[in-house]
Amino acid sequence: MNALALLAVPGRRVIDGVRVLGRSGIFLSASIFYGFVPPFKLRSLPQQIDFIGTRSISIVVVTGAFTGMVLSLQGYYTLSKFGATGMLGSAVALSIIRELGPVLAALMVTGRAGSAITAEIGIMKITEQINALEMMAVNPLKHIVTPKIFAGLISLPLLTTIFDLVGIGGGYLIGVKLLGVNEGAYFGEMVRSVEFVDIYGGFVKSLVNGLIITWVCSFIGYTAVATTEGVARATTNAVVTTSVLILIMDYILTSFLL
Amino acid sequence: MRKTYNGLVASDDVTCRFRKGKVTVILGGSGSGKSTLMRQVVGLEKPDSGTVHFGDRELTSLSRAELYEYRKKMGMLFQASALFNSLDVFENIAFPLREHTKLADQVIRTMVKMKLELVGLRGVEGLMPSQLSGGMLKRIGLARAIIMDPEVVFYDEPTSGLDPISAGVIDKLIVDLNEILGVTSVVVSHDIESSFKIADWIMILFFGKKIAEGTPEEIQSSEDPRVQQFIKGSPEGPIPFTRTDKDFYEDILIP
Repeated sequence: MNALALLAVPGRRVIDGVRVLGRSGIFLSASIFYGFVPPFKLRSLPQQIDFIGTRSISIVVVTGAFTGMVLSLQGYYTLSKFGATGMLGSAVALSIIRELGPVLAALMVTGRAGSAITAEIGIMKITEQINALEMMAVNPLKHIVTPKIFAGLISLPLLTTIFDLVGIGGGYLIGVKLLGVNEGAYFGEMVRSVEFVDIYGGFVKSLVNGLIITWVCSFIGYTAVATTEGVARATTNAVVTTSVLILIMDYILTSFLL
Repeated sequence: MRKTYNGLVASDDVTCRFRKGKVTVILGGSGSGKSTLMRQVVGLEKPDSGTVHFGDRELTSLSRAELYEYRKKMGMLFQASALFNSLDVFENIAFPLREHTKLADQVIRTMVKMKLELVGLRGVEGLMPSQLSGGMLKRIGLARAIIMDPEVVFYDEPTSGLDPISAGVIDKLIVDLNEILGVTSVVVSHDIESSFKIADWIMILFFGKKIAEGTPEEIQSSEDPRVQQFIKGSPEGPIPFTRTDKDFYEDILIP
């Protein structure tokens, strides 16, 4: 085998990869663009917010509470070695607001709503509902994807806020009520150390995550192979890709926001 | 018109003409390229070369927005009906009206009821698609396809997968709609019996090539052995059952 043939396989991979990136970029920009072109699909936006946001509240509350509780437990154990348990409130709040809130809320939504988005769009493709939209002169991107992306942008910041509040409450429950940290110190240190930039950073992250989830999951569903196996693979693929992207973007955003 | 997939020719320089106000049936076995041909005609897929004319306009070079204007004059019944699972029957049929018109709810209600009456299913408005049988789904899909009063209706294998009675109902509907509404109908099918019943004009495709066309009588009396084999459905004949050209014994004996 000559050298050119050896290069052909990785070359093909790279070209395919770049092509997918380009297509997904066009997919996203078109979907957002249609959001600003009349006629507006205001009917489906609340439905999508309900699906992505409202129905994720319970799972976000549960994960938020336990995250706050375990942070408090671990933090107390570490801080007590330095006799600094008074700092517990600020430790819990900063970790949750800056990192864990946006990331964990987004991961929970990916598992719950993201997989469903991919499966739904994939099945619409198998059953020719997307072609049917085309034939009825309705733009499928505008009808299906645009409302999901805007719903993601609205829902994720709100879910992250809920996660943050419940997490801090969970931390309070364990730190103050169970382990006996001073209540005034818990909240006092928190108010003193949490700055606007921390909250702002968390907000930006949650917005970006909302975009990533709806964009990637819709795109993978939309480009899925139109068979049962293709949609099954696409759903797994969407959850994995979205989760990895959330963590990578989290690092990139943190390095810019610090 | 010509279209290839990964080197496989799906439409091999096929020319077809659909007469206004008539029922044209495109017949062919599985994989003969008949669905692909129809998808190119309606613009769901772009031909590699060739043109599609609708009235005096050429469709393949239109922009999306222009094409959408023409799509409003077309209706299509999909093989799997393609109803929206999240909407009930009424909203499914009303969908194109809600998207493209500003009609009052009362008017939409009346129009939906009229189309439901046409397909003989008035009374199921409130049901979800998952609660309907295959034959009913097809009829609801048909009601949706004709809600905008199209000039052309395309049917993708309208009777496949249906019991004989449901299939008969669909056949009758195709003919009735053609007569009552004066629409041009294009049917893709492999159902010989129903095709001969409904067609004004039949076209037979074989591996992407048009091998015969004519009125049902002309096709019946055709002397082309491929046509005779196809309409009799016999496994022996010039249309091969196997797809490989390698000799069977050679293939298993020589590793």
